[in-house]
Amino acid sequence: MVQTIIEAEGLSKRYGETQALAGIDLSVPAGTILGVLGPNGAGKSTAVRILTTLARPTGGWARVAGHDVVTEAGEVRRRIGVTAQDATLDEALSGRQNLRMIAELSGLRRADGASRATELLDRFELAHAADRPVRGYSGGMRRRLDLAASLVANPPVLFLDEPTTGLDPTSRARMWEVIRELVERGTTLLLTTQYLEEADALADRIVVIDHGRIIANGAPSELKAAVGGTRLEVTLTGPHDGAVGALAPLVAGLVDVSSDGRQLRAAVPAGSGVATAVIRALDAVGAVVDDVAVHPPSLDDVFFALTGADSPAAGRQAAGAGPVAPPRLPSQASGTGPAATPDAVPAAHSDHLHGAL
Amino acid sequence: MSQLAPPLGAPVSPADSFGGPARVAPGSRALRDVIVLTRRNLVHVAREPLQLSDVLIQPVLFTLLFVYVIGGGVSVAGGSYKEFAVAGLLTLNLTTAAIGTAVGITTDLKTGAIDRFRALPIWRAAVLVGRSLSDLLAAALCMTMVVLTGLAIGWRPHASVLEFVAALAIPLLFAYALSWATACLGLVSDGPESAQGIGLVILFPVAFVSNAMVPTAGMPAFVRAIAEWNPVSAVTAATRDLLGNPNPSALSDAWPMQHPVAAALLWSVAILAVAAPLAVRLYRRRTTD
Repeated sequence: MVQTIIEAEGLSKRYGETQALAGIDLSVPAGTILGVLGPNGAGKSTAVRILTTLARPTGGWARVAGHDVVTEAGEVRRRIGVTAQDATLDEALSGRQNLRMIAELSGLRRADGASRATELLDRFELAHAADRPVRGYSGGMRRRLDLAASLVANPPVLFLDEPTTGLDPTSRARMWEVIRELVERGTTLLLTTQYLEEADALADRIVVIDHGRIIANGAPSELKAAVGGTRLEVTLTGPHDGAVGALAPLVAGLVDVSSDGRQLRAAVPAGSGVATAVIRALDAVGAVVDDVAVHPPSLDDVFFALTGADSPAAGRQAAGAGPVAPPRLPSQASGTGPAATPDAVPAAHSDHLHGAL
Repeated sequence: MSQLAPPLGAPVSPADSFGGPARVAPGSRALRDVIVLTRRNLVHVAREPLQLSDVLIQPVLFTLLFVYVIGGGVSVAGGSYKEFAVAGLLTLNLTTAAIGTAVGITTDLKTGAIDRFRALPIWRAAVLVGRSLSDLLAAALCMTMVVLTGLAIGWRPHASVLEFVAALAIPLLFAYALSWATACLGLVSDGPESAQGIGLVILFPVAFVSNAMVPTAGMPAFVRAIAEWNPVSAVTAATRDLLGNPNPSALSDAWPMQHPVAAALLWSVAILAVAAPLAVRLYRRRTTD
């Protein structure tokens, strides 16, 4: 039987008038990664703070490694490693001093703490900066040191709150490698992220949180299947008034138009010849096409299908009534994610055309 | 990075209470936590020596200012102002430097350092005790600076070694108690700046409405009454007595001025007895959300 390492029921947290967490249930089996996905302020960090004993829930309960986070907080703390969203490293201390301090506070003997620190500094490629104050570290170095700090006592359960936010693609790819390796060793991991590709790449299961509630829960593939359909993305040379109308007969549901009027996105029925039909229809109304992509739904699409009602409607047109999908998250729009991303589209699934037509 | 790296460690079983290397016995854990956190604060000081300006520079500055600028206009029965002033400068500097504890705690709250400590299996009060001990060392440094400056300008103690040690131990104990009081202030304030601001507004009058820098005899009756019951006066009078320096307060009828050593000890213990448990409670409240 697989042990459940993190479990929660009806977990909620109210700060005065604000309901930060409105009753979430979690169940994370040993040796797996749960990705907690959501926009800023969705309640991800609140959930992590409760599960790591830093905050008390105002409702519901949670157990980590078999211990209640409120009544057995000390037991929980012995078994977890935490990397907070803002690296809580000691700026004035060197990387080595930080790790040794955490090691000793975690109960390791002094000599063991020293050798553990050296081992982790090597492991995270920080040996060259080991004795310099953290103040001078780069963002990537801080994150690595922060992760190293949470691993000092070799905890069976790890909480990583947005471990790659603000990292450049190379640093992010390295972080992903480390995370995968940890799980191979049997560590159970809860990871929050705003990056859909990250949850997709790393997590065994994903919960999507918005406004303190879980709005979706499943394996990445299940979530994508739930959205259904195939996604169409068109880039025009310039905005065109007839474009949305020309696409309407070809798409299922709404056409989402970017604020500059050049990007159009929609769900299309799966089938052959979609790209050709799209180009012909747009050509017929005189819209000049720079790029057409047809691909299976990504987690972006899942996310927007679930939370689209929140999107700013300004500058958008819809082919039908109802909510309009918001723009893509900057993380993906920038296209600089690591190459390991499974939903970095092209590959065999997509029907991708380039060039002026 | 996996290819060049040693393994992260033996795989851990989630049911295992203590993965990883052997750990120290739980009995000595609280002490260990305190030592580790005290050392951490001292590394901070070593890395940012400017933090020490109020215990390194201010004592020298105040000593020179009071002795050479203000002291000329103050007459002290039974001795020179210089002889009179040094014990007062000890108490004055230690009193105002006590605000460092409030600033240190609020800084740690602000930077998230305390969050990191809280997610570790440590003795909860260790953060406060560690801070109080590192600040005690800072206070000792402050005291050393006053003594050295005093000696340099010609002040001399007229005491046995034992009396001299006691003369320094009493203000140090008082400073330790005060730092727990300012810890309470830090734990209810918004941040380091406001803690410092409010703290100095409170501590400056406490330090100055006393016999520390001028004899109380010249004060209006009600101010003198306050000054003579002020713990700063008791500590200063005790130090003067033990150092064999002029102590005009001995002429006062107020009980603390007649029994300055007892009064100084009582005040310090009383402040500590109230402030330390209160600080622990406030810390608990502040770090529970």
